[in-house]
Formats: sequence, structure tokens, C-alpha cells
Amino acid sequence: MGSEDVYILGIRMTKFGKHKELDTVDLATEATLAALKDGGVTMKDMNIIAAGNLMGGAMPIAQVIQKACGQTGIPAYNVSNACATGATALRVVCMSIKAGESDFGLAVGVEKLAGAGLLAGGARKKDGKSWERSGRYGAVASVDGRIGTDIMPGVFAQIGMEYGHKYGGANFELFAEISRKNHSHSTLNPLAAYTKEMTLEEIMGDIMIAYPNTRPMCSANCDGAAAAVLVSGTKLKTLSLEQQRRAVKVSASILTSDPYEEACQVLPNVNTLTRAAAKQAYEAAGVGPKDLDLVELHDCFATAELVHYDNLMLCEEGNAVDFFKSGATWRTGTTPVNVSGGLQSKGHPIAATGIANVWEVCHHLRGEAGPRQIEGAKVGLAHVIGLASACGVHILESNSA
Amino acid sequence: MSDQIPFVNYLALGDKPHLVANECTSCGARFFDRRNACASCSGTEFKDAAISTQGEVRTFTIVAFAAPGVDVPYISAIVDCDGTSVRANLVNVPADPDHVKVGMPVKLTTFPIGKDEEGVEAINFGFEPAA
Ligand SMILES: [Zn+2]
Repeated sequence: MGSEDVYILGIRMTKFGKHKELDTVDLATEATLAALKDGGVTMKDMNIIAAGNLMGGAMPIAQVIQKACGQTGIPAYNVSNACATGATALRVVCMSIKAGESDFGLAVGVEKLAGAGLLAGGARKKDGKSWERSGRYGAVASVDGRIGTDIMPGVFAQIGMEYGHKYGGANFELFAEISRKNHSHSTLNPLAAYTKEMTLEEIMGDIMIAYPNTRPMCSANCDGAAAAVLVSGTKLKTLSLEQQRRAVKVSASILTSDPYEEACQVLPNVNTLTRAAAKQAYEAAGVGPKDLDLVELHDCFATAELVHYDNLMLCEEGNAVDFFKSGATWRTGTTPVNVSGGLQSKGHPIAATGIANVWEVCHHLRGEAGPRQIEGAKVGLAHVIGLASACGVHILESNSA
Repeated sequence: MSDQIPFVNYLALGDKPHLVANECTSCGARFFDRRNACASCSGTEFKDAAISTQGEVRTFTIVAFAAPGVDVPYISAIVDCDGTSVRANLVNVPADPDHVKVGMPVKLTTFPIGKDEEGVEAINFGFEPAA
């Protein structure tokens, strides 16, 4: 197996939110140039680029980024892996460095999503003049809403409700309380799309999307980009002491897909692949859940955050409700989760999310997170999951003594 | 009856409407879509398997905000039919969390969703409370 250690040398995210005047290229370039500057390197140093953009604002995105800010002839990988796209780009660069093929590499994710409606389950087409079978189920007309739901808030509502029923204790109010935590955290993050404290009453009383997820309990569609510059351990030793001190070690970079289980093609099973990724990541990094100073996990919906406490083994199996109720996942708790505000308030520009989560963790490990700094943070975990399905888990460790 | 057709290929109409899965002959995994091979064992032989019309709600959501053209609210659920999970709407029950519970017993029912210009009626399925 690969022998090179991998470090994050530079990393940045743009502000998430509505960027009316900036297009996909502007956002990707802003994040890329900022990450290069943060690492004290240039495009000329890069040996590989991997980039993702799901909504097709600029394709092929890796080459578009090169044409915008540095065409050096290096291999360009365009990756697409749903909400795990950014994490996948990062992992591609990690693999190249680990294999000894690259000293430096660049990973970028970018999305223009502000104002987009519900993802998946697009507008229902008018039923045809005569019934005609199409698709793998041979349906004579649109299925969404007629045979269950295709929309993400509904899919993840079902995932959370199932967990709640299996282990007990989860209800509308508990899920809303998880959302209240993340909205509260967001008030300290100037790069979040929404930074407003919300009361439980405001969250529960907002527009219902798919019970029990109201609007503020759903990830916010927004624009944004994030980029990371990675470097091999060998190369890092030749760089300045300041670069070495600020470098963050990638102790584990894991990607999984969902293994077959009964029902997994009826309702996506987000648990099996997340648990598998977490287990592999802890083994690779030689750390356990108790060692984590902070976690950024994929709270695409409040109902999702609860099940991932369990999947990432932050709590005993089946114990996520009590774990949350103990206050453990608030920024003042034993395992702060989503101190960035999470996808519910920071926002979810899909392909950027998997790198932005890593940025948040790095920001704390470097001790540069200002008012929202988790004091003394040394080890963190970043998790994303994209449906149908891909799960990325990165464990990161501070490199300063 | 010839002027009625099932909404999806895996719904069998007639006196006792029921769902029919493609069951892998080597491992028993069941699928409702057209198959090339089995996701569990990669086998390529399938046989028809009639699915129980009785089930239990494994999980649900009440969709209140949907894509244009989709009527709301509706109850989307996963129903455990004797070990085989089925995705469906819950019908003939008020769409509120006081009336829908995980674990409630339900049974398959069918209903027309409309006629096309040639007068052919499409019949869909859902699950309703089993008294
Ligand atoms: Zn099989």
C-alpha cells in the first residue's frame, strides 16, 4: 500500500450564499487562488487537479479552472459523486500523492445553487395522451408522489423516522432541537449562508416540507466553492517551518459505497456505508471517536444528523437520542458537531460541501477559527454522504506540537 | 376489465391485486424493477414472487411541499410486507402524524388514477390501515 503521508497545505472556502454577480468560474477561481495562497504555492507547483461541479455551470470543471487560473498540462480529473463529490476530489488527490505520483495536488468543488427548488423529483410531467410504459419499473406516468417520494427532504425524513422508531425517543421536537443547535452555531460563522439564531418555536412553526423536516431543518441551497492544496509528507519537510506548522495531516481518507441489503433499493440505506467508512477511517488513523475534538457531519436534514451520530460511532449503538440530549454535540459539549452551522445554516453547494467541511475542521486544528474556535482542537473528522450512494470520511490531525 | 392497466409493471390486477417481485433464484433477493442481474449475488436468473398484501409501516413521511404538479399532502411510506420492503403511498388515512404511526398494520389497496384519451384506466396501488 501507499507509503507517503498526505497533508493539507492550503485550504479555503468562499462565503456560501447568494452570489448574483459571480458565476461558477468566478467562485471556483476565488477558492482555488485562495487555497494556493494559503499554502504558499502556485498552480505551477501542482502535479494533479481533481474537481467537481454537479449542476453543470462550467464543464469540464477541472479544465475550466485551469483555463481560468493556470494551464500547466497536468492530469485533470473531473469527478461526480453526488453530495460526496468534493470529498471524492480530495480523495483522488490523496491517492495520487500516496502512490508517489504527485508531490502537490489541488482539489476543488463548486456549485451555483441559490434559488434551486427541491432536489430530485422534478416537476411532474403532464400525464400522456395515452398510457405508455417507460423506465425500469414500467410506469405509465410520473411516480414521485404516487408511489412514495423522490424528494430528498422526504427520503431523509423516512430515514430519521425509522431510526426514531427502532430505538425510541426521537420525535418532531427532538429533530427540531438538533436544527436549533446548528442554527445557533452558525451565528459565529461569517462564511455561513444563514447566521440567524432560531428558537424551537420558529423552527417547528416554519413551513413543513416533509414531516418532520420543516424548511430550516433542510440544507440550504446556495452558491459556493471550496478548494484544497495537498502535499506529500516528504515534500512538506522541504517547505518553510510556518508551512509545516500550519499543515494538517490527513490521517485517513476513506470512500465507500452502499453494500447490498434487503430494502436498500427501496429506501437508500445511509447507515451501512457510513458505518463502514467510519470504521475504516478510525483504523487507518489509529484514533477513536473519543479522540475527536470536533466533527463536521452531513446534516443535509435534521433527521440525518441524528442517525450519523450513531453511524460515526460518536455514541453507543442505538443511543443517539440520549447522546444528543446530553448536550454532547453542542459546541460546549464533549463532541462538538457542526460548529460551522452545518448544511442547514452554512449551506450546501453540493460539490463544494465535501471540501468545505474539511476546511472547517482544518480552521480549528490550525487554531485560526476566531470566535468559534474549539480550544485546543487537535483531531477532527469530516463526513459527507451522497445518495445512491457514496460516503466520504476524512480524519484530520494538527501538525503543530 | 381489458380497459384497465396497472400503473407499474410489478402490480398484478385481477380478483386479488398484489405486487410481483423479481426474485433471484440463487439468493432470493427481491427487486421490483427490470433486472439484468442480482445486486446481492450477481446471479442472472429470476422468477416471479407474489408479495404479501399485508404489511407493517416501517417508516413514513408526510410530504407537504412537493414539485409542481404533485398533489400534497401525501404520505410516503416504506411498508414491510412479510420481509419484503415496498415503497408506496399510504391512503385512506388522514395525512397527519396523529393518524399515521410507524408499526401500524396496513394492507394493499388499488385505485384508478385516470383515463387516457382512449378510455384506458390506469390503476395504482397504495396501502391503507388494516382495521
Ligand atoms: Zn442473488
